[in-house]
Amino acid sequence: MKIRAQIAMVLNLDKCIGCHTCSVTCKNVWTSRDGVEYAWFNNVETKPGIGYPKDWENQKKWNGGWTRNKNGKLTPRLGGKFRVLAKIFMNPDLPEIDDYYEPFTFDYAHLQTAGLSEAAPTARPRSVITGQRMEKIEWGPNWEEILGGEFSKRGKDQNFEAIEKEIYGQFENTFMMYLPRLCEHCLNPACVAACPSGSIYKREEDGIVLIDQDKCRGWRMCVSACPYKKIYYNWESGKAEKCIFCYPRIEVGQPTVCSETCVGRIRYLGVMLYDADRIEQAASARSDADLYQAQLDIFLDPHDPEVITQARADGIPEAWLIAAAQSPVYKMAIDWKIAFPLHPEYRTLPMVWYVPPLSPIQAKAEAGQLGTNGIIPDVSKLRIPLRYLANMLTAGDEKPVKLALERLLAMRAYMRARHVDGLEAKDVLDQVGLDRALVEDMYKILAIANYEDRFVIPTTHREYAENAFDLKGSCGFSFGNGCSSGASDFGLFGKPRHQHGVKTPTEEVK
Amino acid sequence: MIDYINQALFGIYPYIALSIFTIGSVVRFDREQYTWRSGSSQLLRRKLLFTGSNCFHIGVLAIFGGHLVGLLTPHEVYTAMGLSVEAKQLMAMIIGGAFGTLCFVGMTLLIYRRLVDPRIRATSSVMDIAILLILYAQLTLGLSSIFVSARHLDGSEMLLLAEWAQRIVTLRGGAADLLAAVHPIFKLHIVLGMTIFLLFPFSRLVHIWSAPIGYVGRSYQIVRRRGGLSATRGR
Repeated sequence: MKIRAQIAMVLNLDKCIGCHTCSVTCKNVWTSRDGVEYAWFNNVETKPGIGYPKDWENQKKWNGGWTRNKNGKLTPRLGGKFRVLAKIFMNPDLPEIDDYYEPFTFDYAHLQTAGLSEAAPTARPRSVITGQRMEKIEWGPNWEEILGGEFSKRGKDQNFEAIEKEIYGQFENTFMMYLPRLCEHCLNPACVAACPSGSIYKREEDGIVLIDQDKCRGWRMCVSACPYKKIYYNWESGKAEKCIFCYPRIEVGQPTVCSETCVGRIRYLGVMLYDADRIEQAASARSDADLYQAQLDIFLDPHDPEVITQARADGIPEAWLIAAAQSPVYKMAIDWKIAFPLHPEYRTLPMVWYVPPLSPIQAKAEAGQLGTNGIIPDVSKLRIPLRYLANMLTAGDEKPVKLALERLLAMRAYMRARHVDGLEAKDVLDQVGLDRALVEDMYKILAIANYEDRFVIPTTHREYAENAFDLKGSCGFSFGNGCSSGASDFGLFGKPRHQHGVKTPTEEVK
Repeated sequence: MIDYINQALFGIYPYIALSIFTIGSVVRFDREQYTWRSGSSQLLRRKLLFTGSNCFHIGVLAIFGGHLVGLLTPHEVYTAMGLSVEAKQLMAMIIGGAFGTLCFVGMTLLIYRRLVDPRIRATSSVMDIAILLILYAQLTLGLSSIFVSARHLDGSEMLLLAEWAQRIVTLRGGAADLLAAVHPIFKLHIVLGMTIFLLFPFSRLVHIWSAPIGYVGRSYQIVRRRGGLSATRGR
């Protein structure tokens, strides 16, 4: 056993209102630069829909993630090492920028400079890449917002696998949910495996997956290998970029920007302990449907004295063990089993998990016969098909998703009975295998969701690895050569990097 | 005067070019790794790239390898292997010609794409375009020299060129004199070739140094530790 710790995330989709605050704050902080205007480290999609980039869940098309060979070993779906290298001059599995969207701005100046005219002047779009006029904007990170577009196109969503989807195109039966997406900071990342330069790595201390910007050579295999399409090629710098899990914030115990600014308070951050020796074994589980359980199996109980002893021996700081014992992520994933990995069938063992959303109980209620399963409504009558959620979260296995939804409903029923009717509805809890203490804790974390309950983040102990005194007066987060911008007007080695931003004036006033 | 120019171009210039090539590469690797990349534009436009990029790269790698082995292997090695001068020249002409044509097809597509496609044109630097055109010119010279070689198949000129290259890299004198009488097309080809070495560290060509051969041998997953692997943990 080799214990490592990771800061993992859970998103409670039941509370997501699709406001895109996470996306916007993330973009403002990290990707408001040349070359990554089109990139959204975090974006929110309306499901069902094909998403951003187009059809990202279709691995037959993009070849992301891993495949299990006949001998039980894993190979990136992109191909073995020689096949990856054979694609280096031209990668047939790489999306084109139009699959994301051509970045654009608007001719705002025209609004001020236009002459007198009968119709009000408009600011028309212009490509950021070529500077040329764009007649029509065709796609974006949020193109299918609230079921935008026709069902024939949105219905290509891969999560409709094994579902008779036609009826969901009818107005009366339509359903939707929001899916905020970011890098999954996987335990078995396919991007790392596909990087020819070895520039992508997982940090030992907190599991964050990062791209070494100095070592990246722009071979762009990671973009294809990531099944979530959460690595973006910066067309200006020629390097790949991805969500950095706001590591400068995480290191000092603060939540990521997307979590901090989430107005619905749907995001949770906490420590997960796992057995690093069993990653490969878990990711190689025989059938796709086994992967959810296989991943659960390598997480370790932070209350187990044996685990604690081994974790100490493996160098996990004490503060991290304390945080692990209070981790809201552990509670949701393991104790209550209400959170699930996104597409475990990609075999990357993702570490950003999701609580499935409840939805109205529709048809039966309209007919006046609310289907109930004892006291809790029958979850198979929920508007969002159970199978749809299962395709997204458990590789098609409906049972765990069903239990999770029932537990969420039971929590609501129990707390409602207590607060509204003044009753102790204990039989509701028995039905789904919860007890009073557990459901009260669930209520505290899911419904009340106080800041300190949502984010249990221990600070990084940099002093263990580095001489903190040497960091005095050094620069913080930066690209390239540390404090030197490496940019000069002369630009001997390529274009100056920072073409915008604050510049020291050099011209003297005469 | 002719002697003087001859000495400057084929005796001195190669050392200037190769020095800048080496020192420039090292300095850029040391100081400016963030700018060290292949500079792929596939994301912006994939059209023409499958044929263009593959033909160009396969062709140019084979040609470069051929030059390296052909010019720098001492002639005695070939005679020991039973390969006559005439046969070696014929081999170079045929193999070089085949890969040269492949490369020519690829480069034609790449240049068309770079100059005509609005996205690629707008994101190209002057050096991106310049290096492509220089390589194209060099390739054209190289391919044309096949017709010159075809006029005398005895291999004597090839031996002179190889001897020149070997004297340059082994720091022996008199290299430039060897080239006094060779056909001007070879002289042009050599000067332009040295210029490519000269421009190498300032262009996207530096990605050649980073050919990811090590990928084949490494394990799939990479975990990094702060402070390096030697850092003692839990102290």
